[in-house]
Order: sequence, then structure tokens, then C-alpha cells
Amino acid sequence: MKDFGFTMIKQRTIDYDQFDGRLLNEVLEMEPSFKVCLSCGGCTATCSAVDLVSFNVRRMNLLLRRGETVELESEIKKCMLCGKCMLVCPRGINIRNVIMLIKKSIPKYKTVTL
Amino acid sequence: MKHIVIIGGGIAGIETASALTDAGHWVTVIEKEAQVGGKLNNWSYLFPDFTPVDKIKSVLQEKCSEKDFSILHQTEVSSIHRKNGKFNIEISGEHQLEADAVVVATGYELFDARRKEEYGYKIYDHVITSADLEQLLLPNGDLTVAAGENPKRIAFVHCVGSRDEKSGNHYCSKVCCITGVKQAIELRKRLPEAEIYCFYMDLRMYGKRFEELYREAQEKYDIEFIRGRLSEASEKIDKSLLIKAEDTLSGRPLKMNIDLLVLLVGMEAGKGTASAAASCGIGCEDSGFLKTADSFLKSNFSEQEGIFLAGSCTAPMSVNDTILHARSAAQEVNNWLLRR
Repeated sequence: MKDFGFTMIKQRTIDYDQFDGRLLNEVLEMEPSFKVCLSCGGCTATCSAVDLVSFNVRRMNLLLRRGETVELESEIKKCMLCGKCMLVCPRGINIRNVIMLIKKSIPKYKTVTL
Repeated sequence: MKHIVIIGGGIAGIETASALTDAGHWVTVIEKEAQVGGKLNNWSYLFPDFTPVDKIKSVLQEKCSEKDFSILHQTEVSSIHRKNGKFNIEISGEHQLEADAVVVATGYELFDARRKEEYGYKIYDHVITSADLEQLLLPNGDLTVAAGENPKRIAFVHCVGSRDEKSGNHYCSKVCCITGVKQAIELRKRLPEAEIYCFYMDLRMYGKRFEELYREAQEKYDIEFIRGRLSEASEKIDKSLLIKAEDTLSGRPLKMNIDLLVLLVGMEAGKGTASAAASCGIGCEDSGFLKTADSFLKSNFSEQEGIFLAGSCTAPMSVNDTILHARSAAQEVNNWLLRR
């Protein structure tokens, strides 16, 4: 296609009505402890990866809950599965299992958002 | 026998009256409405354990009928003056009462949600307050929206009229957070299929079993909590609502189409409180609630000797805290009368 030099800017607003909750529901069903995340950031603070790469475990929760599967897939690769976050979590969430579940199921549900 | 006049026949007034009668005093309660119970009459179930309000109301009513204190219904205080070490209280502009001590238990008023015009209360069809919802949560309450169908997506807004410069209220009303959690759970029980969201700034689960209920709301009842304050709601042609907020944890704006919006309204001091207080020499806090002589040790004392304070006329308070504050007021009045 001829390039006319125009670009399409991705809308920043989260349009909740377009939200695809299938991945979220599957993860919550397999790991119900994830429902009680408070977004306190304890996991991110203790994460072994954050010193090395830009990575934020707390944001996994948000990306999942807002259906941002494309970003989620690339972000989640940075996790080394060391499990330190689970030692810190005040709600006792099995974070490593959450990450594993996302990794396993994301190819099924990956949606491209404009 | 000492005579004590109590202004207000809500939870605080009746509880104080009951305890002071037990202590052997002559007590008169002045109530502006035809019935006792005050704002309790607007509520159906109480947090954090869904106690039916009728249970508390029937205990109050029992106290009114069994104990020997009198209640003057549909009566208001016109003025209070000191005379020879006693108080002269003029009621409804005609009668005079003489009292040794006065207890102010005039309670609070609900924030008028119309003042937050951007949320559209009384403008759009499906915007209601937590007090409105409370009536709908009774077993025969009708939750259906425009098309006669149950709402599929419901949002609660926390801090409506509280912690808000625009409403002129800087304080936290304390009870709305847990009220939102309670009502969200009650809605979930009635509407198992609905999506339910709470938009909050902070969640302040200060009381016994509050935090546990919040956790249960997430864990067991699938209530979704989104941190961000609603900027506005707008009605669509089909009467559904488009709401906007920032999802502050993602740092991005968010919009959502919903069927029902519930505003968790806060508490305000009664409209006449400031002028009434000034006329008998009692001060008000910046919040508009009545000033106590000391926030730690004299929370039932006003700045005027012999005038005592009980309940939510001093600050936003839960039913539980009001009962305790009223009982301690009775104790303080009794001790003060004995010392005289």
C-alpha cells in the first residue's frame, strides 16, 4: 500500500465496553487468590528483575484487568519466576502461578487493540 | 430530682435518655419528627454484618415505651437561656421547659447529591444515592431500570460530598466506604449476573470487621474496585450512562457504559446547627459539626458548662459509635450533676 505519510494514533482512553475478559476470567478461575490484589506494589518493590529491566509486577494485574493482552505478553517475559513477590504479598497471592497461567493461555486470547 | 432535656430523638438522644433515666433522673426528649430513630429510619441493613435496622429500631422503641422518660414529638427548640443556674428552653415558640442540664443530640444530614451536578442526580433517571438504594435493597425493592430489566453493569462512586473542596467538605464521612462495600455485596446477592464496580480514592476500612468485608467483596462476590474519582456521568438516549474516570493505577483515562450509578453520599452538619449553636454559645468546627471541649478527654462536653453533646452532631459516626458516644454522654451528665 502506498504510504501517504499519515499515521493512526492509538487512543489512550481505556474503553471498558470493548473489554475482553476471557483471559482474566480464566486466570481468576484457576488462581482465585488473585482476586484480592490491592495494587500495593510490594511485589514490584522486591522484584529481582526491576533493577535490570523496566518491569512492574503490579501492572500485570492492571493490564490483565483492562484486557491489554499485547503489552501483557511482552511484559510478562521479563519475569524470572523467582517468587520473591510471593514472600512480600500482604494478601498471600500465588503470583508465580498467575504469571504461569497468563503465559500458558495468552496465545489463545491475544487481541489486537487499535 | 434533676431534669435533663435532650434535643433530638435519634439513636444518640434515645440512648442517652434511657441511660439517664436508669440513673434516676427526670428526662425529656425533644424530637422534631413524629417518630423517633432519626436517620436510622432511612436505612434497611447495617454494616458490617447486615443486621436488619428493625432490630435496633425495636430496641429503641422498647426503651421509649418501657422507660419513664417523656418525648415531645413534632417539637423544636426556639431558644435556650441560662437563668439562676438552670436552663430555660423555649419550645416551638410557646412552651418553656426548665432543665438542670441539656444534651444536644441533633445528628447529621445527608449530603444533597444534586450539588454534584456533574453526576446528574435528579437529572438522569438511573443515578441514585446510597440512601435511595437502601430502600431498594428491602426484599420487595424494585431494582429494574428503564427497559424493565435488571441493571447489567452498576457503578458506585465513593466520597460524594466528602473530602471534596468543591462541596465545601474537607473531612471524611467515615461510613460511606464500608456502606459501599456492604451495598455492593447486597446487590451481588440480588443480581448474580451483574458487573459491579466501585470507584474510590482511598478505601478507609477503619472499623472492626470492615477490612474483612472488603476482602470478601473482592474474593467471594467479585466486586471490582477501580482507583479513580469519577469526573462526570452523561445520559445516553437509551437512559444508560457513560461515566468517565482516570484509572489512576494505570495512569490512563477510562470510560464505561453502565445501567445504574450509585452515589455514596456523606454526612453534613444539620443546616440549622451553626446558628442554633451560636445562639447558646457553642462553637462549631470548620467541618460545621459541633465543637467538643477537648477531643480526647471531653468529647461529650461543649464549650458551655451544662450543655453536653452526643452522637453525630459532633462528627460523622457509625450507628455503633453513636450508641457508645451516647452512653458516655449519659455518664458525663450524671457525674457532672453529682459534682454540683
